Amino acid sequence: MSDPFPIIRDIGLTGLLVTFAETMSEPANRAALAFRATVNAQGWDGIEETATSLASVFINFDPFVIDHPTLTARLETLIQRQDWFDAALPEGRTLWTIPTVLGGNHGPQWQDTLDATGLDEQTARDHIAAAQIRVLTLGFAPGQPYMGELPEVWNIPRMTQLNPQVPGASLVVAIRQLIIFAGPAPTGWRHIGQTAFRCFRPNSDRPIALTPGDEVRFRLIDEDELAELSANNPTGDGGATREVLP
Amino acid sequence: MTRALEILRITPGVTLQDQGRPGYLSQGLSIGGAADRLSLAEGAALLGQSADLACLELAGLGGRFKALEDLRIALTGAEMQANVDGEPMVWNASHMLHKGQTLTIGATRQGTYGYLHIGGGIDTAPFMHSHSTHQVAHIGAALREGQTLPIGVDLGTETGLTLPKADRFKGGAIRIIPSVQTARFDAEALEPLETTRFTRDPRGNRMGARMSFDGPPFTPPGGLNLLSEMVVPGDIQVTGDGTPFVLLYECQTTGGYPRIGTVIPPDLPLIAQARAGDPLYFTFITREAALAAHRAHIQHLRDLPKLPTPLIRNPHDIRDLLSYQLISGMITGTEEDLT
Repeated sequence: MSDPFPIIRDIGLTGLLVTFAETMSEPANRAALAFRATVNAQGWDGIEETATSLASVFINFDPFVIDHPTLTARLETLIQRQDWFDAALPEGRTLWTIPTVLGGNHGPQWQDTLDATGLDEQTARDHIAAAQIRVLTLGFAPGQPYMGELPEVWNIPRMTQLNPQVPGASLVVAIRQLIIFAGPAPTGWRHIGQTAFRCFRPNSDRPIALTPGDEVRFRLIDEDELAELSANNPTGDGGATREVLP
Repeated sequence: MTRALEILRITPGVTLQDQGRPGYLSQGLSIGGAADRLSLAEGAALLGQSADLACLELAGLGGRFKALEDLRIALTGAEMQANVDGEPMVWNASHMLHKGQTLTIGATRQGTYGYLHIGGGIDTAPFMHSHSTHQVAHIGAALREGQTLPIGVDLGTETGLTLPKADRFKGGAIRIIPSVQTARFDAEALEPLETTRFTRDPRGNRMGARMSFDGPPFTPPGGLNLLSEMVVPGDIQVTGDGTPFVLLYECQTTGGYPRIGTVIPPDLPLIAQARAGDPLYFTFITREAALAAHRAHIQHLRDLPKLPTPLIRNPHDIRDLLSYQLISGMITGTEEDLT
């Protein structure tokens, strides 16, 4: 059976969507990030905006500057140019290390998550502490990262009962991904921890801290350190450090 | 003196709006901005200014506003009851609001979103290049009584102009084109989409409009477990219970529901302005026809600044005008009202 991906489809009157896979995978996300960067680098007239989601690239265009058949043909040519699933990630990415409390009062569903994964607490903590995961996409709320992927054992479904509200900067997990919530919100993801990292900083020069393709590590801290970081958090970084990825 | 508009009374649906924030989709922020973009262009044309300036969007109900300096205003979008110190104001027209006068805007007569534009635009501090409130993203504070809104420098002087009312305030025929998953729906779902009489459901907001209808649910294609991907304003999502839901400008950036079609941009104001119970009929058109309609709409927006005409006053209005002059005789700068 031939794999139909990547495929180009219409989205709205002035958009095209290049989809690399129907399910989330590291190569499909890599392909989307690399393909978007390459489209941007072409400098084509009439491209108004590009964006990635987990495994696809959205291209919004002015149909009176570049018509639909022309743009589609150009995208097809680009798709054929290389194996996007094995492409190098865009340059200029950042590695963030974000102080995080797991479990206790700040992670009411930590035990439930251990039960769902079958991991003992120390192993689960080790997994999170060792993980260096990618900002796969930003969405749902401004700057809110979907990060992954954790090891396969973390492939736990979303809950059928929603959490009525998790706090801003909380850490939640499902389907091998982690999210740091931009603000208080209901969610079906399990609430396992808390950071002081503000994904969306309305009063900052750079309101959205993360960029798709960035990578994230978690430095596990205790509640006292989190309280200190939260109390003295003028930048919104919450003690996070950043390095330029090679 | 400070050019400003003081809020004496406000209702919760009133927000500051403009063309929104294009360009932040990759960062998780949808464009947002005025629900009815045509109203922005009409207000700008009536005041002879840029359609990028911020105005007040009034959802169903209005408020009371006092001019702290002489201000030119224009009222567009869904027609609302409006008066200045008790004198009724014509909708879809520009007027002078003199220093100290109070503009009262009441309920909409038809449609959902009315707009109050001010000469010079509302000039609060922009955030990410826009003044618009984006409720979903928690951008922009609620307006409150006693607050004064700073108004920008007004380069124009003319008032007493009107535009023909574009009929978009009671639902009607909506042109759609296929969207990402349209081909995955079978004929049993696609055919009723074009034959069902929908009405706008009361559940809906600036994010989108839920469709209400009699008949079986619009069954999404079987076995479709979609990965979340970009959605665009106009997309008709079919939610888990089989209900079509049309996304508006303040929708989230991504979604996981299948999309059965997309409303073409020129027809989005009809969706936004439809009130609960107003009928809506969807018809698929070709991409070529949609592009032609889009082109005509953009041309109309370009032509709008040339279209305002002087308000023709009937004897009743002239009497109002005379009394209006009498009480404001001590204030200079009223010559615009004689046009």
